Amino acid sequence: MSLLQVRDLHAGYGATQVLRGISLEVHAGEIVALLGANGAGKTTTLRALSGLLPARGQVLFDGVDIGAIHPARRVALGLAHVPQGRGTFGDFTVEDNLALGAYTVASRRQIAADMARWFEVFPRLRERRQQRTAWLSGGEQQMLAIARALMSRPRLLMCDEPSLGLAPAVTQEMFRVFERINREHGSTLLIVEQNADLTLRLAQRAYVMETGEITLQSESTQLLASPAIQQSYLGA
Amino acid sequence: MQLLVQQIVDGLAAGAIYAALALALVLIFGATRIVNFGQSEMATFCAFLAWQLCEWGMPVALALSVSAVLAFVLGAAVFQLVVRPVSRASAETVVVVTLGLFLAFQALCLWLWGSDQRTFPALFPAGGWTVAGVRLTANNLGVMGVLCALALSLAALFRFSRLGLGLRAAAADADKSTIVGIRVEAMLMLGWGLASVVGFIAAVLVAPRLFLSPIMMAPVLVYALAAATLGGWTSAIGAVVGGLVIGVAESVGATFLPFIGSELRLLIPLALTLAVLLLRPQGLFGQQTAVRV
Repeated sequence: MSLLQVRDLHAGYGATQVLRGISLEVHAGEIVALLGANGAGKTTTLRALSGLLPARGQVLFDGVDIGAIHPARRVALGLAHVPQGRGTFGDFTVEDNLALGAYTVASRRQIAADMARWFEVFPRLRERRQQRTAWLSGGEQQMLAIARALMSRPRLLMCDEPSLGLAPAVTQEMFRVFERINREHGSTLLIVEQNADLTLRLAQRAYVMETGEITLQSESTQLLASPAIQQSYLGA
Repeated sequence: MQLLVQQIVDGLAAGAIYAALALALVLIFGATRIVNFGQSEMATFCAFLAWQLCEWGMPVALALSVSAVLAFVLGAAVFQLVVRPVSRASAETVVVVTLGLFLAFQALCLWLWGSDQRTFPALFPAGGWTVAGVRLTANNLGVMGVLCALALSLAALFRFSRLGLGLRAAAADADKSTIVGIRVEAMLMLGWGLASVVGFIAAVLVAPRLFLSPIMMAPVLVYALAAATLGGWTSAIGAVVGGLVIGVAESVGATFLPFIGSELRLLIPLALTLAVLLLRPQGLFGQQTAVRV
């Protein structure tokens, strides 16, 4: 059974409809890419899934319809969202941000153990644990945003344009981290990206969005192998 | 010299009360960016509740505890029923709403308990000590002790507890808090409840010094607003320091500047606040907020 199953999802801002009935699926243990040009509705999709935006349609998370569930409660169920622009608290220390990530976790021991584990994966964060987050570099802040989301022990991690504004080398480092947490911790990832090439090398499957609809779904390898598709759908 | 020290000591005790109410104002401002002009009258209302419970024969300590719980519920309910519906309205609208709270609770007290002054039970013994010619009353020391305990427990709550972390996060950014699993509305409601309890404590400290009356907190509100502004609205330490500075300035000024006397003493904190704001617009401890346009 799939971990996330979305059927006919509609959402928008005020009177403006952005999502016009999208359906997608993510299986446990998978990395899935959600690609598309600017304004296609990728960010809106993630915001609707995490509940920041009201939506119509069916969202099954591990078989449970979460459509009516409060967004804060969805985090406790295992749905983590790293929003565009990272969503870390700039005035808070690195450690406080990580503690906030574990806000839904009751056990102090588990929080301490998880923090130690992610400091292992992101050593730069350990060095800067007492610093204000606003003083971190863009790459470090993105790493913090991901580590923070992982602190809630998510069953599905949704990342919105993690490469935005980062240098290519930093982006590659981050994608290696995605690969590592998927391999070592079995984390399931749904990644929204404009950087189609790099994302397709990481993901097993991909959905392509255009003006609020899913226009294509395929194995990543097929998309990568077809320059025509890349050109027409991804503007590559 | 002795007179000066005496005025400073008395000023600190009065300032501790301004500081307590300023703390309540700053708590709410930090959480919801709203100046709650009704804070003082909500506090008076809760002090009347405590007084009424005592009148009905409840022991003072129990009456105060029960009223503190009621104050929490009142603050949370006011947020949920009155403030939240207008929280997305313009700043002017919100100001009118919280001024409305001021009038509503004052009127409610007058309606329920009339305008007579009531004697509130003393919280501290009547005596005191004279040290090097300076009179230290037990009440003054008690008031300052309560302020210290209050400030330290609030600091500990916000710094070291998970609830405090959640409160700070909810105050900083609603969307970001939601995606880490914090129920922002619940946090803001808690914040208003907490502030209401802090305001209640201020009222309980005021009531035995004067008399309990529906208008007793109105001047304190003016001082507390000045204290919060002086300290910078974003800083709890600022609220405490601001309250104490204003208490001392008022007491020393009224004694040593003969032309001021008791009629003009309400102007001292305002003049002081104005002077500080001219030099530091963000207040003594406030953070300068730059907005990119």
